[in-house]
Amino acid sequence: MPKTLFEKIWNRHAIDGDDQASLLLIDRILLHERTGGVALKSLAETGREIATPSHVFVTMDHVVDTLPGRTDDTLMPTGRDFITTTRREALAAGLTIFDIDDPRQGIVHVISPEQGIVLPGLTLVCPDSHTCSQGALGALAWGIGSTEAEHALATGSLRVNRPATMRITVHGALRQGTTAKDLALHIIRRLGSSGAKGSAVEFAGSAVDDLEVEGRMTLCNMAAELAAFTAVIAPDQKTIAFLQDRPFAPKGEAWEMAMRHWQDLRSDPDAEFDTEYAFDACEVVPMVTWGTSPDQAVPLVGAVPDVLAATGDEAEARTRDYMNVMPGAAVSDLSITAAFIGSCTNSRLSDLRRAASVLKGRRIASHVRAICVPGSGQVKAAAESEGIDKLFRDAGFEWREPGCSMCFFAGGESFAADDRVISSTNRNFERRQGPGTRTHLASPETVAASAVLGRIGGVADLPPLQRETDA
Amino acid sequence: MIRFTKVESLMVPLVCDNINTDAIIPSKEIRTVSKNGLADGLFAGWRYLDSDRTPDPSFVLNQRLYAGAEILGGGENFGCGSSREQAVWALAEYGFRVIIAPSFNSIFRRNCIRNGILPVQLDPGPVIAVPGPVTVDLEQRSVTASDGRQWSFAIEEEAATMLTLGLDEIEFTLKSRDKIDAFRDADRAERPWAYL
Ligand code: SF4
Repeated sequence: MPKTLFEKIWNRHAIDGDDQASLLLIDRILLHERTGGVALKSLAETGREIATPSHVFVTMDHVVDTLPGRTDDTLMPTGRDFITTTRREALAAGLTIFDIDDPRQGIVHVISPEQGIVLPGLTLVCPDSHTCSQGALGALAWGIGSTEAEHALATGSLRVNRPATMRITVHGALRQGTTAKDLALHIIRRLGSSGAKGSAVEFAGSAVDDLEVEGRMTLCNMAAELAAFTAVIAPDQKTIAFLQDRPFAPKGEAWEMAMRHWQDLRSDPDAEFDTEYAFDACEVVPMVTWGTSPDQAVPLVGAVPDVLAATGDEAEARTRDYMNVMPGAAVSDLSITAAFIGSCTNSRLSDLRRAASVLKGRRIASHVRAICVPGSGQVKAAAESEGIDKLFRDAGFEWREPGCSMCFFAGGESFAADDRVISSTNRNFERRQGPGTRTHLASPETVAASAVLGRIGGVADLPPLQRETDA
Repeated sequence: MIRFTKVESLMVPLVCDNINTDAIIPSKEIRTVSKNGLADGLFAGWRYLDSDRTPDPSFVLNQRLYAGAEILGGGENFGCGSSREQAVWALAEYGFRVIIAPSFNSIFRRNCIRNGILPVQLDPGPVIAVPGPVTVDLEQRSVTASDGRQWSFAIEEEAATMLTLGLDEIEFTLKSRDKIDAFRDADRAERPWAYL
């Protein structure tokens, strides 16, 4: 019987179960200090041991500050407790930890592919909803709760209800100047924020094949905003080239064997999905969100929708109120006070390169506070060796240490109550970036362009650069 | 974990779609590495008017009628957003035993089952329309309004067993440890590259 990529990985890992639910073998477990510490602590308290400690990796990203010279004492009043508890428990359990001062430290979904921890065909879990980002490497990677993390740690397995399957095929090619982020927002806008509810989504089609691995991670990352169980993309030559020689990737004969195994990791031609959607990449344009749900997105040249009168939808009125936007107003009329480039969606080297090329030779508007937070220590180091940090700094951006930072507000780093932020992150929920903060999601290049313009706008809106003179 | 049998209580109507876990427990309310001490932060952004925690009288949870209610009625995609299990711990600590919603986020739903909260997939609208207490019976898979009207719901056998017996799932799985180990050994022979 023809099988989907998802089914192939699932079946190989099913220890037990039926077509409703299975006990799955778990190949990798990732933890961070925000939700992982509590799982490790609780496990230790019950006297249980970790089944396969060498398959568990711990990083500090959610609570840790991203200011230079940071320590365990965070802006978040009780942040220290999360950091020190996680460190203590991880060390006691003999786990690999990427601690604050480790050059490999960074956002969990950025460092896992970077270190070759995630591989095609593996099952990988993390108590974090954006774990689906890692499906971009052809793994079955999904977010779990802390109690499930405890279960995975103690037993090396998880009992999982078998999700429905969905394929989202993107035909054609993305137009110049549109990115994986725009594609993701386009899809979410069409399908709605629960459009892939509980499904294992496979992204396929020529536009997905064309994406570089980092762009694929952006796309899979945003599947969380479709309420998907997970997302996956079949591994190809780009995936293999990306993973080769990464520290935790197999080497030598093991690598050869792995590559042979990976050849079969694609949906069979006649495989059936419970749901199929098709999109045309040519229709995708640069996008931005106007509301407090990622599906409230419009083209950069668009306007805040004017449906209130028709539906009398109270939630939508509340959204407009929170965002302080008028029905029918052009989004490009919205003046911003802050810009943020970071998060597991868009903080990898290619993201920073593209944003930096927009900023080169330009300055951000004087009323804008702009911050760039590289996704990992390795991204930061690579960017610095290319001089990208200088382009950001010269344009007026702050250049920070790696972490989740202002992707979400945990009581520490935040934007101000009346800030309107253009942000390369994935969630525009109320208070996501600080109490009263209004978030507009967009691609890194749109964030950079908006920071320069002082309002929401794209690269196309920027005045051409003056030819440099030797003054 | 408490065994779940039957719950009879008023249902708190909070029927808007896409209630996310940031709303259920705002990030800044998660102050310690613990599963406890979270009830106070439940829906904090909606429940309180200011940092002194003056209750917002217009928020449904603050209405005296619903003090001690154990059933929450929600909208579509309930518990979406961040996977933080604190959302469920906060709901449980506050005293909720049942959430009735037309659909749930899958991580959130799994977290509920593992923490003794029964997720009932059902449109709560018609139930709310009947005043008075609601009875949720796990064994019968039924929701009964005060006027006797009844709705049925579905839940996986295993989840129902875990809730009914108040089982610790890890203990349950560790009973099959030999089977898991044997499976892993066979897998290691076939996929040595996947092992570190
Ligand atoms: S960067 Fe944001 S979305 Fe990604 S893991 Fe961190 S907090 Fe979550």
